[in-house]
Amino acid sequence: MGGLLATVSLPDLATFLVAAVILVGGALGVVLGRNPVHAALSLVATLLAVAVLFVEEDAQFLAAVQIIVYTGAIVVLFLFVIMLLGVDRRERALVEQFRGQRLVALGLGALVLAEVLLLGTGHWTTGAHATTGALSRPLSNVAELGRAIFTTYLLPFEITSALLVVAVVAAVVLARRFDAPAQDERPPEGDPGDRPGDESEVAGR
Amino acid sequence: MLHFAYLIPLLPLAGFALLCVAGRRIGNPVAGWIATLAVAAAFAMSVVVLVSLFAHAPDGRLFTQHWFTWFRVDRLTVDVGLRIDPLSVTMALFVTGVSALIHLYSIGYMEHDEDFAKFFCYLNLFVFSMLMLVLSSNLLVTFFGWEGVGVCSYLLIAFWFRRPSAASAGKKAMIYNRIGDAGFLVALFLIFERTGSLDYQTVFARLGRISPTDLVAIALLLFLGAAGKSAQIPLFPWLADAMEGPTPVSALIHAATMVTAGVYLMCRINPILHAAPDAAHVVAWVGVVTALVAATIGCAQTDIKKVLAYSTVSQLGYMFLAAGTGAYVAAIFLMLAHAFYKALLFLSAGSVIHAMDGEQDLKKMGALRAFMPVTAVTFFVGWLSIAGVPPFSGFWAKSDVLENAWAVSPALWAIGAVTAVLTAYYMGREFFLVFMGDPRWQGARPGGDAPRDPGWVMGVPLVVLAACSFLGLFIDLPFHPTWTFLERWLQPVVGASAAVHHYGLAELWGFGLADVAFAALGIAMAAAVWRAAVNRPRLEPRFLFMAWFIDWSYDRFVARPGALVSSFASSVVEARVIDGAVEGTARLVRRGGERLRRVQTGYVRTYAAVIVGGIVILVAYLVTRAGS
Amino acid sequence: MTIDGSWYLALAAVVFTIGAVGVLVRRNVLVMFMCIELMLNAANLTFVTFSRQLNDIGGQVAVFFVLVVAAAEVVVGLGIIVAIYRRRVGATADDPHELRG
Repeated sequence: MGGLLATVSLPDLATFLVAAVILVGGALGVVLGRNPVHAALSLVATLLAVAVLFVEEDAQFLAAVQIIVYTGAIVVLFLFVIMLLGVDRRERALVEQFRGQRLVALGLGALVLAEVLLLGTGHWTTGAHATTGALSRPLSNVAELGRAIFTTYLLPFEITSALLVVAVVAAVVLARRFDAPAQDERPPEGDPGDRPGDESEVAGR
Repeated sequence: MLHFAYLIPLLPLAGFALLCVAGRRIGNPVAGWIATLAVAAAFAMSVVVLVSLFAHAPDGRLFTQHWFTWFRVDRLTVDVGLRIDPLSVTMALFVTGVSALIHLYSIGYMEHDEDFAKFFCYLNLFVFSMLMLVLSSNLLVTFFGWEGVGVCSYLLIAFWFRRPSAASAGKKAMIYNRIGDAGFLVALFLIFERTGSLDYQTVFARLGRISPTDLVAIALLLFLGAAGKSAQIPLFPWLADAMEGPTPVSALIHAATMVTAGVYLMCRINPILHAAPDAAHVVAWVGVVTALVAATIGCAQTDIKKVLAYSTVSQLGYMFLAAGTGAYVAAIFLMLAHAFYKALLFLSAGSVIHAMDGEQDLKKMGALRAFMPVTAVTFFVGWLSIAGVPPFSGFWAKSDVLENAWAVSPALWAIGAVTAVLTAYYMGREFFLVFMGDPRWQGARPGGDAPRDPGWVMGVPLVVLAACSFLGLFIDLPFHPTWTFLERWLQPVVGASAAVHHYGLAELWGFGLADVAFAALGIAMAAAVWRAAVNRPRLEPRFLFMAWFIDWSYDRFVARPGALVSSFASSVVEARVIDGAVEGTARLVRRGGERLRRVQTGYVRTYAAVIVGGIVILVAYLVTRAGS
Repeated sequence: MTIDGSWYLALAAVVFTIGAVGVLVRRNVLVMFMCIELMLNAANLTFVTFSRQLNDIGGQVAVFFVLVVAAAEVVVGLGIIVAIYRRRVGATADDPHELRG
């Protein structure tokens, strides 16, 4: 590791380090943040750092998509839900219910880390080289990606399209408020939260 | 006409089947008549077969009638069929004849019983089994009949099963029989092992293949079976208890037929006994000792039927003595005579019991001669016959037995002689206590109705049997060779094994007079003591009354430890070990399940922790493996 | 010369671990969800790293699909969370424990 400075260019190293710090810091922020909104914003930071790292790794298209989709849509969705449900209050019980859950979690985490590090830093990659196509030569990264998706991985692509449709339908169905039964059947005073039909009275359509 | 022999056992079987199905509906008394007719028809068929046999020369009087092959396994083939020879026909004749008379008697005796049809159903089944026993051509089918009569004996002894003593008596009979049957079975195994067949013809032809020790073993084992069935030492206690059954049952099964199955077996296997003289000696000695012991016990009994029961054991002992000394003809003769007079005595006793509304205690009877003259006469005839008073058949038969005993060993003769005196004595005692003396029952009898002689349904058999007891003498008279009917008749069956002693006329007269003297002595003793007295404690000691404490000691030293073991087994082994193992397994599973249940905490996070743990393990595996 | 791939892998491992621990420790459903997103991102980073090491576009394709599926998953998941929260305000991940065996 000491001789690394000689083989790595400074800008790359600096970028990597900054992104790494933000990444880990953001991750810790997600896990440790008491307020869910804080956690969401830490997540944004994490995702941006990941996008930077993607660029570092010659995955430019993915970096862009990461920012647009992940940060721009998913996290926003999270924030919407947080706002909608009003969970910005602190988590009620800060005290862990299970004895030793935290200990177990940290222990397991340490083990996983150790193992994955072992796997990752040992030079054991045995995958075949370039079966699908080079990263960015001869075409640009986007073009290569597009070519791969629309030829070799066309079926998964189509299936994910279907998946997206399903997700949309599911979202609509899940978010739908049930129509109230006939007007005269309902008792005058309904208890909100008891029957889905009653919500319409409280929150309005 | 011989081929109609199959009807002999099948007619009672048909009677049984009919009564089994529709007996209750047919009811009292028609069910009884149906049963009686079935057996009487079988008797008629036996006569027909007898007559047909006469048409053949004496040496050619052996026929087998094959019915069907029961089973065939490896080397063993068992055919079911009949063996028609003089011995089996004789047995069939007297079994069906005496049974028919007793069936008739039962119609009157059981008339007030609510299970009337069931009784006759069982009786017919019994006759069928007994006939299969005596007529079969194969040892295994004999055993089938053997077991069958054992079962019927149980059913009939425990006929009034609601009475605990009756139920337990039936069980006792069954158990003692079974002990003997074990011997029978082992003998069957040995016979098959050595000769490869269970068919009488074949086995007798192949006796040469069996070593002498094996022959002795087979003979002794078969005798063990006979001892169980015919109540010899040491398996005799059940017969006294068997008196719990209705009196016709005692007469038929425990006097005339079932108990004689053992004697029949000994006669049937006479080639084996002849080839194993040591075993024959054992048979003779056991028989004569049993005769003596049982006679002594009979002197002290107070139940009218128990006296007769021990008397039966004693007379059976005589028959085994005869078989053991090679005097098969004498054994059969005594069996026939005994069937007549013992059945007669039992049925007379039954009349008395019936008239006395169930009273069986000798001490509570007396002076019945005046009230029941016919019964008194028949009982008297039976007494004289069993005592051995000429010209009744008992005298001739017992003489034959004793003569042959003398030829083998004077000691045997002496014991037999003492027994003869005792026989005359205790039967006399019974006669005097029941029919003579003072009417001790008069005070205790409710209502004022005096005991009376039975009606014709019960009376006719009594008279017929009395006549037979007298006329039976003509079966085999020693005076002239042409008059020895039974001996010549049975010659083809037992001739080869029979011991032949040639006594001069003077010796024969000597024996005869001696026998008369014994009878007279016994009668005189009975008259002297019992004509006037009722209780003579010194002559009725507890030791004899309790049957030499033999039964008591079985109970103490065999039954109680057995009961202890089984109660231990049931309360400890069964309850704790076996049930414990089974329930313990169930409990283990349940507790294990309860502990394992706690894995399902319901908390997503613990599940997630487990998943992560699984990942750790998997990756660890990969890490260790990927080093290669 | 660019950064060695193993550094990226180490980084991804760290983020993955933090995400995993977060799932186990937090009770707020939304935050748990975010931790799952963290883990997905760590995996994505790993994919891209390998893709670069092997010079194979396949890894980036995988990331592409992971992104799509993650999006769909978030949509449906949040829809469910909304539906649950309507019935039970303040539900946490611990509440289903009443279904325990």
